[in-house]
Amino acid sequence: MKTLVWVEHEGGALKDATLSAVTAAAKLGEVHLIVAGSGVAGVAQEAAKIAGVGKVHVADDAAFDHALAENVAPLIVDLMGHHDAFVAPSTSNGKNIAPRVAALLDVMQLSDILSVESADTFTRPTYAGNAIATVKTSDAKRVITVRGTAFEKAEATGGAGSIEAVSSTGDKGLSSFVGAEIAKLERPELTSAKVIVSGGRALKDGATFESTIFPLADKLGAAVGASRAAVDAGYVPNDYQVGQTGKIVAPEVYVAVGISGAIQHLAGMKDSKTIIAINKDEDAPIFQVADIGLVGDLFKIVPELTEKL
Amino acid sequence: MKLLVPVKRVIDYNVKPRVKADGTGVDLANVKMSMNPFDEIAVEEALRLKEKGVATEVIAVSIGPAKAQETLRTALAMGADRAILIESDAEVEPLGVAKLLAKVAAEEAPGMVILGKQAIDDDSNQTGQMLAALLGWGQGTFASKVEVSGDAVAVTREVDGGLETVSLKLPAIVTTDLRLNEPRYASLPNIMKAKSKPLAQKKPEDYGVDITPRLTTLKVEEPPKRSAGIKVADVDELVAKLKALGVAA
Repeated sequence: MKTLVWVEHEGGALKDATLSAVTAAAKLGEVHLIVAGSGVAGVAQEAAKIAGVGKVHVADDAAFDHALAENVAPLIVDLMGHHDAFVAPSTSNGKNIAPRVAALLDVMQLSDILSVESADTFTRPTYAGNAIATVKTSDAKRVITVRGTAFEKAEATGGAGSIEAVSSTGDKGLSSFVGAEIAKLERPELTSAKVIVSGGRALKDGATFESTIFPLADKLGAAVGASRAAVDAGYVPNDYQVGQTGKIVAPEVYVAVGISGAIQHLAGMKDSKTIIAINKDEDAPIFQVADIGLVGDLFKIVPELTEKL
Repeated sequence: MKLLVPVKRVIDYNVKPRVKADGTGVDLANVKMSMNPFDEIAVEEALRLKEKGVATEVIAVSIGPAKAQETLRTALAMGADRAILIESDAEVEPLGVAKLLAKVAAEEAPGMVILGKQAIDDDSNQTGQMLAALLGWGQGTFASKVEVSGDAVAVTREVDGGLETVSLKLPAIVTTDLRLNEPRYASLPNIMKAKSKPLAQKKPEDYGVDITPRLTTLKVEEPPKRSAGIKVADVDELVAKLKALGVAA
């Protein structure tokens, strides 16, 4: 089976999410990649070095900048003439593009898979991660998005893929990119961080969130996350949100501070290796999943913890 | 312009789903059901566009069992003008739903279709994008802001690194993210009024769409249980644990 993997890139660099998707795709067979955008020769070269990669298709056209689904999906559909599966990471781009591709191919998509059981059978989470379904497809071609934290990253070097230019399918004129506001992060990226410190509603306000959570995160070299309550209350921007509707993370250590542990939040972090919870309510649901819990006032505990580390 | 708002009846988001012992699915008998939270946001956005004078009519549509009528009545009570129920007792996959909605869109000719970004039961996050593909329209997914001007709509989208704004030619598809708005509650008088609003009842066959599932669920299991944790008494003990985990020097 020949698979085509969407290469996620930004600012001329390949993003890690691609590497997990390559691992999943390799379980299906021969791995080809598609790099789309303008001035992406460098990304294509980087992509060709990923271990186990065969061909790297490069579509160099400004129509593919910002990964507009209206323009990118027809390009992928063209390439699916000689591929059996399209695999994309479950990033916001992957989730935006893949279903459009699936409908154009008249196939059902398998969203956010956790494992490849066989060429046509996969597992995926449903009900906010409270049920894991094993699903078999009867479609001839597969369209799949991959949960990054469920697959090891493929080695970024050691591969020797060949690079091949593909002709552009052009701008469909349905949509255009206007602008972006990208949150500045001085800390590790949430989805790839080894340690995450997350804060919830109990942090009171943005300034308290910063003065309490940030120093602890910095001591641990951690990324900062948040519950939906903290985001909705405006303590931090929404791309900090961990949960069913935010980012799905699985770090080595997840420290939940002042987070009760609603099912939507747990859906985003319960695959973390070790979960540490600090909460003043000893009956908070977070303690049912926490490996290490400390009951007490976070405004005393967190500064003391930061101090002692 | 008309707005079409698809809504789905799902398990209430506060309920902890229980996997059936025989592994065939999640137990939905006697479980509280509600409108999918992202769809409430979609209805709210459509109503706000109508209140601004951008839209003339809001049509709610649902595909599901007879009881999905309740979900449509909720949309009508919030302020939708009329509703369409496409009744199917079998579960319809996102591709089937998108095909049915494409037919409804062809009949009603809406200026925009506003959907939730995902349903909290199957967590697929597909239907809006699939519908956009089938209609050949632009798509503004994961919207946190929607602004219509003339024959275009500017959609601010929640993406991994922050926010991004795209401009789409109308007609277009928008899927809602949580922060787009705060849905209103239906007042009692409006709930009463909703009972007399038109609700058309259809079947998938009326649209000539093949909704045979493409995916078969072989089994449904509970996720692996985490082993019981410990509680530490004070910060010193926690520091020792963090050191043992190798995350603190």
